[in-house]
Amino acid sequence: MRVLNLFKIATKAIVLNKTRTLLTMLGIIIGVASVIAMLAIGEGSKESIRTTISSMGSNMITIRPGADDRGPARGSGGNVQTLVLEDFNKIKEQASLLSNITPVVNGSGQVINGANNWPSTIYGVNPEYLDIKAVGLQSGSMFTDIDVKSASKVALIGQTVVDNVFPDGQEPVGQMIRFNNIPFKVIGVLEEKGENTFGQDQDDVVVAPYTTVQKRILAIDYLNQIMASAISEDDASEAVTQVTDILRSQHKLMNVDEDDFTVRSMEELISTFSSTSEMLTILLVAVASISLLIGGIGIMNIMYVSVKERTKEIGLRMAVGGKGSDILMQFLIEAILISVTGGVLGVILGLGATVFIENFLNWPTSVAMYSIVISFAVCAVTGIFFGWYPARKASALDPITALRYE
Amino acid sequence: MSKEIIKIENLKREFTMGNETVHALKGISYSIKEGEFVTIMGSSGSGKSTMLNILGCLDQPTSGTYEIDGVRVKDLNRNQLATIRNEKIGFIFQSYNLLARTSAIENVELPLLYNSKVSSEERRERAIKALEMVGLGERLHHTPSQLSGGQQQRVAIARSLVNNPVMILADEATGNLDTRTSYEIMSLFQELNKKGITITFVTHEPDIATFSSRTIVLKDGDIIQDYQNHNILSAADELAKLPKQDH
Ligand SMILES: Nc1ncnc2c1ncn2[C@@H]1O[C@H](COP(=O)(O)OP(=O)(O)OP(=O)(O)O)[C@@H](O)[C@H]1O
Ligand SMILES: [Mg+2]
Repeated sequence: MRVLNLFKIATKAIVLNKTRTLLTMLGIIIGVASVIAMLAIGEGSKESIRTTISSMGSNMITIRPGADDRGPARGSGGNVQTLVLEDFNKIKEQASLLSNITPVVNGSGQVINGANNWPSTIYGVNPEYLDIKAVGLQSGSMFTDIDVKSASKVALIGQTVVDNVFPDGQEPVGQMIRFNNIPFKVIGVLEEKGENTFGQDQDDVVVAPYTTVQKRILAIDYLNQIMASAISEDDASEAVTQVTDILRSQHKLMNVDEDDFTVRSMEELISTFSSTSEMLTILLVAVASISLLIGGIGIMNIMYVSVKERTKEIGLRMAVGGKGSDILMQFLIEAILISVTGGVLGVILGLGATVFIENFLNWPTSVAMYSIVISFAVCAVTGIFFGWYPARKASALDPITALRYE
Repeated sequence: MSKEIIKIENLKREFTMGNETVHALKGISYSIKEGEFVTIMGSSGSGKSTMLNILGCLDQPTSGTYEIDGVRVKDLNRNQLATIRNEKIGFIFQSYNLLARTSAIENVELPLLYNSKVSSEERRERAIKALEMVGLGERLHHTPSQLSGGQQQRVAIARSLVNNPVMILADEATGNLDTRTSYEIMSLFQELNKKGITITFVTHEPDIATFSSRTIVLKDGDIIQDYQNHNILSAADELAKLPKQDH
């Protein structure tokens, strides 16, 4: 009954003071909305970096011949011939944490189609290569294990190669091209991937069975590299250890011997990027906290002034018999109603702004639950506290002192 | 012999402003018995409002004692004082103190909102009745800004009656009313007084004092006169004697 009455009083007071209510709410709405939108932008770019990395194959593992690049043999990795098909077979057979694995041989040369020629790189791989690199096909199909076995002269080409050797917009699939004078039938075009993080054009490639490249182009029987993918990102480092162990025993290395190969996961790269995006988030959180602080001060001001302004009203309410607790409860209910309504509207506006930014500015966004919770909580608590605190002070006065307040 | 509802002794109220002290009440003592109708007179600044605020439990004296119905006000806590203001006292402010942008009826209902024993239907009924008593039955939903000064004053009077107080403290309740309306209000007060309600009425007008049973005159914070009125006039009779309203 008493609370119901106070609730009625509070709602009446809110309706009576429309302008004040709107101003207070506006502070809360803008505070909450800006924080949500800002953090959505931050989280969005963080997420887009993460997707970029995983599109490069975040669980990819590379095995190169020769000791770690940091060693004295640096730069000579290409010439070391310690990685052979036997190694590949052993790893494929024994490494349980790998989902796909392919031998890699590569060499550069000229791609020729009639009068058009273009310098590019050929990668000799097996069909699992596409999954490891997380690349799809625009048209045509991948070669098969049978093509590998028979060293078929078939190839897939990237978009940059297509643009340069088929400049008149001819459909490349089914056409014949030459790579270093060896004819290849184009059986597919790789999906466009653009430049990678290091500025390399990932579409400037020719992909063919590794057997073909080994025999017809490079005339070698060793491998330049083995590429694999771990079952999951989390297993990547474990998989690196596994591969290292297999190769050490395969190469019959003693405990004192150094590895004569290098196994790397994308982990290092990922950790660099996550620390960059971590920085970005920290920065945005800092900016958001400042705007939240400013918003909070705004709310505080409006609440404080508007309650002060109503000291006379508080005096009158006490004069006709309102107890201190009645007055406090009224102002608390008012502050809660205003703050919560403002907070909810702020969340709606923030989400709306995020949708707008995503669709019209084409910035990646991702709304974080914590931004909603924190901004809402901070604004609501500030609003409630500064609605309550001056009311508490006013209700501690003698009624006549409050009534005389100008 | 009826009991003393108000008893003050050596009551002082000082206001300190910087290093200057205003002695608004300089140690006054008197008592008012239940059922009395007292008018308090005195020139402007003599301390009438200051005294009435203390009697209404809205302000605390600097020193001296005030007993209401045998209880020392000093011994009561803030909640108990609020309950007394809510249930026992009807206070009419010199400056009305109505809630702005709030209708007459809601202003009058205000004291009852803080009394959880009164239901919302009863609250409305009593507020309408109180407004009808002061002749504002037609102005229930007007806000103060839509009412004349005298009408606002009558809303304030209705608000003081709505809680059925045992004691009414009025600070110049007729200050803004024409003779006819103020006589109507005085006759209302006389009726209430006959029902046993104690009334303390601050006024500047000597003719108003003739309707009361006792007059206390203040000057510069001291009582200079305190006399019983042996020839109490009936406000209703005086009202009848007034010339009919000229058009
Ligand atoms: N809050 C206050 N602070 C300082 N001085 C005050 C305060 N209230 C009243 N006074 C002083 O106390 C004295 C008495 O004031 P009070 O309001 O009681 O006069 P009053 O008799 O009601 O006068 P009026 O007939 O004009 O209403 C005045 O001199 C006034 O200046
Ligand atoms: Mg006065």
